[in-house]
Amino acid sequence: MSLEVGSGLTIGLILLVVIVVAALLITVERRLLGFWQERLGPNRVGWFGSLQVVADMIKIFTKEDWVPPFADKVSFVVAPAIIMTVILLSFAVVPFAPNIGVVDSNIGVLFILAMASLGAYSVMLGGLSSDNKYALLGALRAAAQMVSYEVFMGISLLGVVALSGSFNLREIVAAQEEGMWFVIPQFIGFVIFLIAGVAESHRLPFDIPEAEQEICAGYHTEYSGMKFGMFFVGEYLGLVLVSSLITVLFFGGWLGPAFLPPIVWFALKSGVFIAFFILLRAAIPRPRYDQLMSYGWLFLLPLSLINLLVTGVIILL
Amino acid sequence: MTTLFYLAGAIAVISTFAVIVQTNIVHALLYLILSLLSVAVVFYVLGAPFAAVLEAIVYAGAIMVLFLFVIMMLNLGQHTREQERGWLAARVFVAPAIMAAILLGQLLNVIGQLSHDVEVTRVGVFEVSALLFGPYVLAVELASILLLAGLVAAYHLAKK
Repeated sequence: MSLEVGSGLTIGLILLVVIVVAALLITVERRLLGFWQERLGPNRVGWFGSLQVVADMIKIFTKEDWVPPFADKVSFVVAPAIIMTVILLSFAVVPFAPNIGVVDSNIGVLFILAMASLGAYSVMLGGLSSDNKYALLGALRAAAQMVSYEVFMGISLLGVVALSGSFNLREIVAAQEEGMWFVIPQFIGFVIFLIAGVAESHRLPFDIPEAEQEICAGYHTEYSGMKFGMFFVGEYLGLVLVSSLITVLFFGGWLGPAFLPPIVWFALKSGVFIAFFILLRAAIPRPRYDQLMSYGWLFLLPLSLINLLVTGVIILL
Repeated sequence: MTTLFYLAGAIAVISTFAVIVQTNIVHALLYLILSLLSVAVVFYVLGAPFAAVLEAIVYAGAIMVLFLFVIMMLNLGQHTREQERGWLAARVFVAPAIMAAILLGQLLNVIGQLSHDVEVTRVGVFEVSALLFGPYVLAVELASILLLAGLVAAYHLAKK
């Protein structure tokens, strides 16, 4: 049985691998953070802490799955499912290798932007339905942050779309095979996409919606058990998604010298970006909420528009 | 594809009805999002993927988020549910139902006269863009002026 785009085997494998990688990242991130912060990190369970993720999962599955009596039950239960659903749906258009992928879509880039904007409901509903003041504050912050950074995320991608002439992620990779990787002509677009990607998956340094030193745990203050686990794994899934998108859009996707198979190149490149995002978390402190907003609207928005304008002029010349 | 069309259409109609009769405002909003997403599926099935994805990005993804944002700021409690329930008495529905029934009758009449073998032509991103910046460029520019006016007004009001 061979792997091909859209076959049941491929879809099943992609789902399995993506979720397992996201879960493993919980341990990998803690170990790497420990390394960069000159401490040990979790190293007790299994060989160098490799089974830590199993211990975490057992703990999270056996915790009491509690819905607060004052919460709005329907939205409270739906919220964590939304983030998992939209991010897993986004993986549908990601081309992992020439023969690995779920669907070959002409609107791939737009589909991912649509799913990213729907992801905002998860944190908003989670915070609103909890009926908790810290959760509400977190949800308000999350809503403003995600709606703002979505804008630059979309605009920063348009340079790549203009250069390759397609919204199809496979054709974007193919365009990089003929020319150069888009990180060179679109370096500004790459940097903006990277920043917006961190903000969209609200990870440190942009984890203002859940800033635990200020507002408890933000929008998921009232969550426990596997519902919290879905928010948690959803965040790592978002990290994997952003890393694979950067690989596809700016670093040539599966392209690379032929001594390794394409999927290995894709995994290596994405792995580098995942490690880079973890390094960001270890290195940069969290900005204030208003700093985040003004940085976005006053700096990133004009920059991304100028980048798009210059790209357009160069293409026309 | 036809099954998908009818399924998405049915979900759109049912969820839009639920938006009207729902007394919990957050649930009503969720139904509205569902309705918009099912309309996006209808667009896709009819051969307009670009319109479908824009429906999801702009309506379901941006405008509804702002609605939810406003609801969060308003701090609506139990009393609004009771108020809503008071407004949704059965006699309120009589006049609109009659008018809607007449409209539905006319619609069914028109649909009955159409031929049923609709040919689906796929309209991609290129075709839509070529139209927008070709024959309809004036409308695009006018819309952008309208948006600019809204932006300036919002900026002015926020400054106060």
